[in-house]
Amino acid sequence: MLRILEFLVLGVCFAAILAFSFWLGGESYSWMPAQASTDAQRVDNLFSFLVTMSSVIFFGVAGLQIYSLIFYRAREGDYTEGHPSRGNRKIEIFWMGIPVLLVLWIAGYSFSVYVGMDVIGPTTVLGDLPVPLVAEPAEADTVNTGSQSDERVADTVNIGSQDDERVEVISKQWSWTFLYPSKNVTSTELHLPVNRPVRLILKSEDVLHGFYVPEFRTKQDIIPNRPIELRIVPILVGKYQLHDSELSGTYFALMGANVYVESAEDYAKWLEQAAAKTPVIAATNQAALEHAQPPKRLIRSNWYTVLPAEPPIVNHSG
Amino acid sequence: MTADNTIQSTDTKRGEDSQSGYRENWWQYFTFNKDHKVIAIQYLVTSFTFFLIGGLFAMIIRGELVTPPSDLVDRQLYNGLFTMHGTVMIFLWIIPSLVGLSNFLIPLMIGAKDIAFPFLNALAFWMFPPAGILLMASFFLPSGTAQAGWWSYPPLSTQNPSDPVLNGQLFWCLSIVLLGVSSIMGAVNFVTTIVRLRAPGMTFFRMPIFVWSVLSAQLLQLFFLPSLTGGVLLLLCDLSLGTNFFEPFRGGDPVLYQHMFWFYSHPTVYVWALPVFGIIAEILPAFSRNPLFGYKSVAVATIGIAVISATVWAHHMFTSGTPMWMRILFMFTSVLIAVPTGVKEFSWTATVWRGKLHLDTPFLFALGSAAMFLFAGVTGVMLGAMPFDLHVHNTHFVVGHFHYVVYNTITVGIFGAIYFWFPKMSGRMYNEGWGKLHFLLTFIGANLTFFPMMPLGLQGMVRRIASYDPQYQWWNVIASFGGFLLGVSILPFIANIIYSWAFGYKVSDNPWHATGLEWTTTSPPPKENFKEVPTVTLAPYSYGRPQYSTVDSTDEGAVRRHHR
Repeated sequence: MLRILEFLVLGVCFAAILAFSFWLGGESYSWMPAQASTDAQRVDNLFSFLVTMSSVIFFGVAGLQIYSLIFYRAREGDYTEGHPSRGNRKIEIFWMGIPVLLVLWIAGYSFSVYVGMDVIGPTTVLGDLPVPLVAEPAEADTVNTGSQSDERVADTVNIGSQDDERVEVISKQWSWTFLYPSKNVTSTELHLPVNRPVRLILKSEDVLHGFYVPEFRTKQDIIPNRPIELRIVPILVGKYQLHDSELSGTYFALMGANVYVESAEDYAKWLEQAAAKTPVIAATNQAALEHAQPPKRLIRSNWYTVLPAEPPIVNHSG
Repeated sequence: MTADNTIQSTDTKRGEDSQSGYRENWWQYFTFNKDHKVIAIQYLVTSFTFFLIGGLFAMIIRGELVTPPSDLVDRQLYNGLFTMHGTVMIFLWIIPSLVGLSNFLIPLMIGAKDIAFPFLNALAFWMFPPAGILLMASFFLPSGTAQAGWWSYPPLSTQNPSDPVLNGQLFWCLSIVLLGVSSIMGAVNFVTTIVRLRAPGMTFFRMPIFVWSVLSAQLLQLFFLPSLTGGVLLLLCDLSLGTNFFEPFRGGDPVLYQHMFWFYSHPTVYVWALPVFGIIAEILPAFSRNPLFGYKSVAVATIGIAVISATVWAHHMFTSGTPMWMRILFMFTSVLIAVPTGVKEFSWTATVWRGKLHLDTPFLFALGSAAMFLFAGVTGVMLGAMPFDLHVHNTHFVVGHFHYVVYNTITVGIFGAIYFWFPKMSGRMYNEGWGKLHFLLTFIGANLTFFPMMPLGLQGMVRRIASYDPQYQWWNVIASFGGFLLGVSILPFIANIIYSWAFGYKVSDNPWHATGLEWTTTSPPPKENFKEVPTVTLAPYSYGRPQYSTVDSTDEGAVRRHHR
């Protein structure tokens, strides 16, 4: 009788955990930033799936542990033995087999998500050979994305397509410069047209950096002397923050830039206006500003630091 | 396995004072002593000292992150602090403290007189304090400590703003190389000891899971540590001798370093975690009076984890410009490691199921560690799902996951081990009330500190930043509060251990009524551990069977005092 009652209680608890996990999976979308790219939707779907599954496992097993803690405590001074069962082959095969299926399900689903993503992964620009970094705008036309024998890329992405907006992203300690080869415009803000694929050609002039806009749900390290291409399809008009995502030294936290996703008309207008301006030294270089005038701090080490690189010269400084 | 010996040892009257003398002669801890039990205490105390230092760094970091702007320490110091925090906690706390525990336990658990090469053992230990002091000395250099994170990715780490010789990065490299050599010596010792020095009858499938874990972990050290040591040596050459192994503008490849680094530094996570899984597998059965459920599959899973862990390193590099095939391959291998790890978690859960649980401090720490490892595990599988990882890589989500492993699982497990074997090490009992208080503060503090990092990471807060956007402040304040609580939580532990080591009441040889050869000898064990070499006739964890009962009734008064 007691056994039956116990099974009943456990059954009800498990059903509750299942229901709770599905609710949690739905809730998980709200833990993420806005979905500003096509990939963001896909990643969030994957995350929701992961949350549901993890929640079942976590609360299921932790629930059993808590249940034991509550109901199986020994009486004071009772050092008699528990049960003699040293194992059960069926149970052990079960809990080895089920996780195999679960993780293969997770990896398979992740794989299908990845294949569907618009980010084309790191494709080396201009082949694998190191190239001089001084980027002429014209070079962008010779971008060769097929060099990594990445068939999917060649299939699904129309290389050199007129649709793809091209932007060169130049990172250095600790500033971002964006170069629009089509209009020969440089900027310290990243402006992108909405609903149009963008190819970012990521370059670094000194150390590793990382391109990360949380709302786009993707991230790519930037490696000096090895331009890497990243493809994004922004879908939500708005203002976002670009972060450097790979530790780049003293002023790492200050290496950000504003990202504007705007309608095609606004974007064209902005490009036009920026092209009309004469290039000037970017005014808002946070690293340089802070280096020139360090704020007050409780503890100062005054250790040497690499100096911030010269602020870029740009048409549009945001 | 131990019934015969248990009966023997409880028959033989224990002398008034231990004959080993290793407790009484405090000065021997400062000498080149070759007794594995002395070396064990040396490791534990030295590494715990560094744990306190690393914890202090962590609290300064948390102090800085209470407010969005950079206002507590300047940015160079902040970068130095998190670099040193990571390096100290990994190389000067987790690894050596587990080497200390292994040193104490392995010979006792397999019925050996000492470790295979006692001189090498002492030598390996004595390389550890100088390496730690060297690392700390870099705080006093004009250019400060290494500031490139504990990964020390080039070219940032080789970007040298000051002196080509006297710089923190060089000190870091030398320290890591020294510690690497020391750890390889230790690995040779442990593997040889376990393979060669087992007592008669101690077949492989009669070894406690802790011994299996240490064997697997130390084999990983032997195979993979040379990769890190070599990588760091090459880094040192780039830094100080003008070579270009990793210099992108001079034909080198910075990603090559990342491969060399993670080729070791992923398996090493299992060098830390496996012994802790072993600790959990020792403690849970003793306090639930059940045998470890599925002993053989757990032993095989231990080896399985070690094997799979060798094939997953590039999941740390999903965003490092790794090609697509590599991203997908390493995603599959990475999630697969959840299978043998799951076997362990399920086995622990089944072990406490329908047991007769005694909620003493070691049990609380062990079960707490097992429960929080669940969280670390499921978030780990999430990170293995590569498209999701592209979003949270290098954010606080990873930091939170990682600390659920290294603090909430590993460090909490180490505390459990210290409480569990404290009576064996000292011959005295710790104070139960203070132990429970320590557990409570640790459990609350650890979750308060590391859980908030998960939502922060999902929201896109990048790791290693000294200043952040105000939208992230709320969770950061909670994490910082938790961090300071963790700092406080350590105080009852220190007081308890110091007081109990000196004044705790003396206990019988087996106060937990546990199985295992270590409980059959005196507390503390004599020199060479056993009066006579024990013979093993049983599989481990013979709980649940009254005919093999290990209940030690020689000192029931002590047990009662302990529970009061």
